[in-house]
Amino acid sequence: MDARIRSFLARAIATLAALAWALPALADGSAVLGPEVLIENPGHCIAPAQEMRRNHPDMLKHQRDITVHAGTRGARVSLNACIACHANRSNGSVLGSSRNFCQGCHEFAAVRLDCFECHQSVPDKPGAAATPLAMNRP
Amino acid sequence: MSQDPAPSSAARRAALAAGAAATGGALLAPGLRLVQVAQARSTGEGADPGVRWGMLIDTDRCAKGCSRCVDACASENGFASGIDLRQRPQWIRKIEIKEVRTGREASLPMMCQHCAQPPCVDVCPTGASFKRADGIVLVDRHACIGCRYCVMACPYQARSFVHEPVTGQKPDVPRGKGTVEGCTFCVHKIDRGASPACVQACADEGHRAMVFGDLNDPHSEIAQRLRAEASKAVRPDLALDPGVRYQGI
Amino acid sequence: MTMASRNQAPGASMFYLLVAIGVLMVAAGLASMHRLEALGHAITGMSNQVVWGLPHVFAILMIVAASGVLNVATVGSVFGRAEYKSRAPLSGLLSLSLLAGGLSVLMADLGRPERILVAATHFNFTSVFAWNVFLYSGMFTIVSAYLWTLMERRMNPWSKAVGLVALVWRFALTTGTGSIFGFLVARQAYQSALLAPMFIIMSLAWGLAVFLVVQAAMYAWNREQLPPQIQARLARLLALFVIAVGYFVLVYHVTNLYFARQTGFERFILFDGPVFPVLFWGAYVLLGTALPLFLLLSPRLRGPRAMLAASLLVLGGAAAQLYVFIIGGQAFPLELFPGYAVTSSFGDGAVAHYVPSLAEFALGIGGVGVAFLCTTIGVRALRFLPQDDVVATEPRVVAIAGGAQP
Repeated sequence: MDARIRSFLARAIATLAALAWALPALADGSAVLGPEVLIENPGHCIAPAQEMRRNHPDMLKHQRDITVHAGTRGARVSLNACIACHANRSNGSVLGSSRNFCQGCHEFAAVRLDCFECHQSVPDKPGAAATPLAMNRP
Repeated sequence: MSQDPAPSSAARRAALAAGAAATGGALLAPGLRLVQVAQARSTGEGADPGVRWGMLIDTDRCAKGCSRCVDACASENGFASGIDLRQRPQWIRKIEIKEVRTGREASLPMMCQHCAQPPCVDVCPTGASFKRADGIVLVDRHACIGCRYCVMACPYQARSFVHEPVTGQKPDVPRGKGTVEGCTFCVHKIDRGASPACVQACADEGHRAMVFGDLNDPHSEIAQRLRAEASKAVRPDLALDPGVRYQGI
Repeated sequence: MTMASRNQAPGASMFYLLVAIGVLMVAAGLASMHRLEALGHAITGMSNQVVWGLPHVFAILMIVAASGVLNVATVGSVFGRAEYKSRAPLSGLLSLSLLAGGLSVLMADLGRPERILVAATHFNFTSVFAWNVFLYSGMFTIVSAYLWTLMERRMNPWSKAVGLVALVWRFALTTGTGSIFGFLVARQAYQSALLAPMFIIMSLAWGLAVFLVVQAAMYAWNREQLPPQIQARLARLLALFVIAVGYFVLVYHVTNLYFARQTGFERFILFDGPVFPVLFWGAYVLLGTALPLFLLLSPRLRGPRAMLAASLLVLGGAAAQLYVFIIGGQAFPLELFPGYAVTSSFGDGAVAHYVPSLAEFALGIGGVGVAFLCTTIGVRALRFLPQDDVVATEPRVVAIAGGAQP
């Protein structure tokens, strides 16, 4: 490659890298880079929030195979339980806006939600969203 | 995945106890034993391989023109479709038959026969179509790619393909576009100790043409009747050993 | 034969025109796939009775032809026929293109195409479809390797061995394709062990027909001519394959007619059915078998143009034959209660009516477009035009040149 092009590219990359490193510092310290999601019944989940954030796909996938194929019911991990607990009080669902529980984070992370093609996004009992599940002790 | 979000475990135990009492009453009362109720499994227990769920249908009691079983299935499993009739889901259907040579007519419901040797399970490329330990043939919609090979393979035309986006699903019956589905023997109900919606509806209607129960339990209503009375499988020449048997045809 | 016209296409403008046509076809397929994904199969003519429709006709035609078109190369590499050797690279390219096209249609027609990764990671090995995941992807690898041995000079000595692997592999693949239907115990049109060898024979006929069409186009654009003795040989070979297919179809139907329980189905396909008798007798037997045989074998008519016409007719007949086979097989009701007349709300006892929709046709065209694009770009980029002046047409000469005893 031409030496001039090479040096131009090197300088461009260096500038971009510096910007990427520096820009967050230029941002307002109080703004958190994350979704603004309204979580009903926070802190009562079956595992700590960080663990849930990281592992919920695997937890759900693992449990669904057990439930569907082995027929085991009543497990700790249950999509219906998540929905019942965390559905937004405003619209009674985990979908509907960027502030809803499932949709908000998934929109932010740009991860397509496939669950609700088949699963209902509202709790089976209306109003159940207000009550944390007794079994989900921290 | 039918976790009832009961407010407290004590209330849930009470509800289960009441349910068990009612079940016991139903079992003891003579004449009501046509509806063989499954025993509710405790939490954490999988499907019992010693059990084989089956159904016995007495076509002499099946009323021509009645479709209570079909309606009950549609309402239990959350069907709401506005598309072409031939593309709509139909897990159970009423068939009217007339013997050509003699003119004798009969009517019967036809659904997934939950074969012991299901062709649909053999042909599914991902293993989404599978047989549970207690004999119920199901579709794991997480693994279904919608190739419809099982629909081609089923001799009873028991499987439906979901042709449209689905909304308003029942929480116990997730179903969605692009997957294949079929009668589950109301697996979400029988795991709780209830009986399939079609059987229940037929009993409520007074016809009591359908009996559901454990084929492997020699003391169950269905096993006793199968031992005492003649019955046959549809398409016995295929040797699929279906879990559904018919009388009167 | 001039060495001057070595470029594979007659000019850049023609090439770009062809690519534009191919891109349009693929775009039509993609648009249809998008609509299917948004609205579901409700927009198609398919139903719960006829679940495999026009896209499957396109797909299976292309996949079966993909396996058979490689036969031209195999006859050259494995059986040592020299005039086929020069045609082997084009045959390999067509095999890859047709396979890509056919598989694209199949994948686009899935209810959940985004779950293709599930299909690639979860296998139920009693299912032919699961085996096909390996057979088809293996086919891509093997044919690519085969092309490499054919076109890279220092790899040439390996071409026979790799060609043999390709031969065995495509027999397994086509047997698998036929067995998709042969293993279906439920339906009267299928459930037959005859289908596996029938598909092999059909692949040979359809593959050769596709090859002859593409070869004719390439020769025309390069203003070159197919040597007459090779043309005669290829024409006779196509005629032989068409007769063999006809034989299998005859045995299939005659056997079915012999079984009393199959009579209803045969009457439906051959005489009564809405559209299937017309397609079978008119499109397949008359236009797809009798007329091509006449064109290929009649002393007055035969020649390169007759061969091209015959090839196109054979392909049209193939499409009709597959339509009758796939859709006719589903349209005829399953017989659950022999000896009974049956009615229900789910189409029991009644013939299922199927009218292909535009979306399905566009999906099929998209697959053809993929195959077309692969072929067009491939022949532009590399040397695929068969060069007969540098190859001896007499196998004996080749054997002597190789040092064998005369």
